[in-house]
Amino acid sequence: MAVYLDHAATTPLRPEAREAWLAATEAVGNPSSIHGAGQHARRLLEDARERLAEVLDCDPIEVILTSGGTESINLALKGLWWERGDDRDAVVLPDGEHHATLDTVEWLHAHEGAHLRGVALDGVGRIPAEAFAATLPGAALATALVANNEIGTVNDAPALSAAAADAGVPLHLDAVAAFGHVPVRYAAWRGGGASGSGLVALSVSAHKIGGPVGVGALVVSRHAGIAALQHGGGQQRGLRSGTQDVAGAAAFAVAAELAERERESESVRLAALRDRLTAGIVDLVPGAVPLGDPQHRLPGNAHFLFPGAWGETLLFLLDQRGISVSTGSACQAGVPEPSHVVLALGRTDAEARQVLRFTLGATSSEADVDAVLRELPAAVERARSASRS
Amino acid sequence: MRILAAMSGGVDSAVAAARAVDAGHDVVGVHLALSRAGGTLRTGSRGCCTIEDAMDARRAADRLGIPFYVWDFSERFRDDVIEDFVAEYRAGRTPNPCMRCNERIKFAALLERALELGFDAVCTGHYATLVDGPRGRELHRASDAAKDQSYVLGVLTAEQLAHTYFPLGATPSKTVVRAEAEARGLTVAHKPDSHDICFIPDGDTRGWLAERVGAERGEILDRSGAVVGSHDGAHAFTVGQRRGLQLGVPAPDGKPRFVLEVRPVSNTVVVGPKEALATAEIAGERFTWSGRAPESSAFSCDVQIRAHADPVPAEAVLEGGMLTVRPRDPFDGVAPGQTAVLYDGTRVIGQFTIDRTVSAVPVGV
Repeated sequence: MAVYLDHAATTPLRPEAREAWLAATEAVGNPSSIHGAGQHARRLLEDARERLAEVLDCDPIEVILTSGGTESINLALKGLWWERGDDRDAVVLPDGEHHATLDTVEWLHAHEGAHLRGVALDGVGRIPAEAFAATLPGAALATALVANNEIGTVNDAPALSAAAADAGVPLHLDAVAAFGHVPVRYAAWRGGGASGSGLVALSVSAHKIGGPVGVGALVVSRHAGIAALQHGGGQQRGLRSGTQDVAGAAAFAVAAELAERERESESVRLAALRDRLTAGIVDLVPGAVPLGDPQHRLPGNAHFLFPGAWGETLLFLLDQRGISVSTGSACQAGVPEPSHVVLALGRTDAEARQVLRFTLGATSSEADVDAVLRELPAAVERARSASRS
Repeated sequence: MRILAAMSGGVDSAVAAARAVDAGHDVVGVHLALSRAGGTLRTGSRGCCTIEDAMDARRAADRLGIPFYVWDFSERFRDDVIEDFVAEYRAGRTPNPCMRCNERIKFAALLERALELGFDAVCTGHYATLVDGPRGRELHRASDAAKDQSYVLGVLTAEQLAHTYFPLGATPSKTVVRAEAEARGLTVAHKPDSHDICFIPDGDTRGWLAERVGAERGEILDRSGAVVGSHDGAHAFTVGQRRGLQLGVPAPDGKPRFVLEVRPVSNTVVVGPKEALATAEIAGERFTWSGRAPESSAFSCDVQIRAHADPVPAEAVLEGGMLTVRPRDPFDGVAPGQTAVLYDGTRVIGQFTIDRTVSAVPVGV
């Protein structure tokens, strides 16, 4: 029996989202066309945008549909950089951000001369709001995770947003891992006003909540100064040219509504499963150390350090027993790197290679937890006695 | 058996894995990530370290319906193979990195890990044959002499051979393997062979070494010590080499001269006539036996000193921890650091690293 505990990597497509996608593909028409067929497609598209805006707590005009989280993050960070204020050349980049953010900011550093201002995480992986605020003055832009995709720690997004507004710095929030699992309220976090600073951009992705892969969105404030990365037909406020994906938008909207509707009850269910998993692992695996914030935490995330057992080996052994887990972020060649998030917790390079992430989702059950608790102790024991590659 | 198939992304290891599956084994494919530098796409005949090779291996595993993983051995490979390669050149020796990789990575680190994780054996696409005889497991040459790789496997010990599986050993020719790959629908059926050093991306070994060992101008001497030319780094020369020597002073007899010796410490190269290359004796202290040790301390054998050299009849003597081999006819140029593999017919007896050579005949400058 397959046990899938890597929902943070991607989670099954919801049947309702699949139906919405198929239904939308039955109609022909480019939403930018003027004729009736185009108008029909446009209606489907704008319906979806409105429903997404409702879930995200923003205006429909602020929803820029993209190909996913990575594109949203690139558009936000590079777009804000290229429209930055005069004499501003620093980017506030907390430790432990997702690679989509990290590599984009490092690219800006290498190619555009951006100066980096880091923010150290606390011991459970949270961005300290005061330290974050202290790095803001005079910065071109700032970015932060709403929830950490690896260790599951949830940040104080309202406090980070308020700090950015106070400092007059545009802020991008990466809500890819958080959306659908904890409240994500764009307008409430942003506050009022017509300023181009404070929270001005927020990234989300469809496939993390049961929508299709290849669809995401960037919420962009109507007041934000942001440059487009791709040029062409001028769709979506000129910020994201290219024929718009009606079916993807429709499926994303359905998935987002369902995720939001189920969020409270599903959070309770997943957190209970997760807590049983965590307690069981602590109980059964000698030396296992749960990482991340026990209080401010994604409900479906359990993350462990298994001292002396390489994550790569554990992943292999569990996979051989039909259990899919993760060491953190996947990499193109399929070779796990030491987790930069675990390093940001003050752990060693070796420890950052001895971690496993278990993420639960819609299909997760008591049986999945039982399977892990049955197989993991022997796997850790075997991994500890095996040499490293 | 539970078999771990090492899949490089080439046609040989893919067909080897396929045969292991056909034989009814429980097979898992593993691609070794050996290099973190270099290009991501294959060009020409290069290969085994690129993302494209990893992809080819993955697609072959998909075709066979077996699980597939990438295991990161890049640190071990850097320490045990690449740095060793550079260090050997720096010391004026001529190493074989493929043998080193077999010795330290494929049949050591990988095999060890495979056994620890519950596998019974590692399967590779090497052309060599394993024979289980009354006196234990023996390593023999492959049926196809042109493809035989028993030389680079000469370092394997009895313990390593016991957990090794070479499904291609009895294959009559590489053409058969390619045809089989094609019939199985493997996309690597027509992928070019890799035959250069995998971690030197453009095949420019000399340039690659120059960056690491340095390319300082030095003198070329004849055997009397007279300066006859100059060079741009002694490491670029191999014993027996004739081409690429820029000699300002012609030989007294007007005949071509060859590299006789490379002296890394003084960055000098010694040249002389072809006859001076003749080597009557090679010896070394670093030897291993393939399976069982020889029954006598003096024995007749065939000795092979390069991957693609012909074996030469010889007499071997083991005395005081030193293995000395005298070929019936002298070798034509032997460099310290090279590996000599000893054979009894098709059977590999063992191997040693050549530390010392003795010239066959005293000849003039």
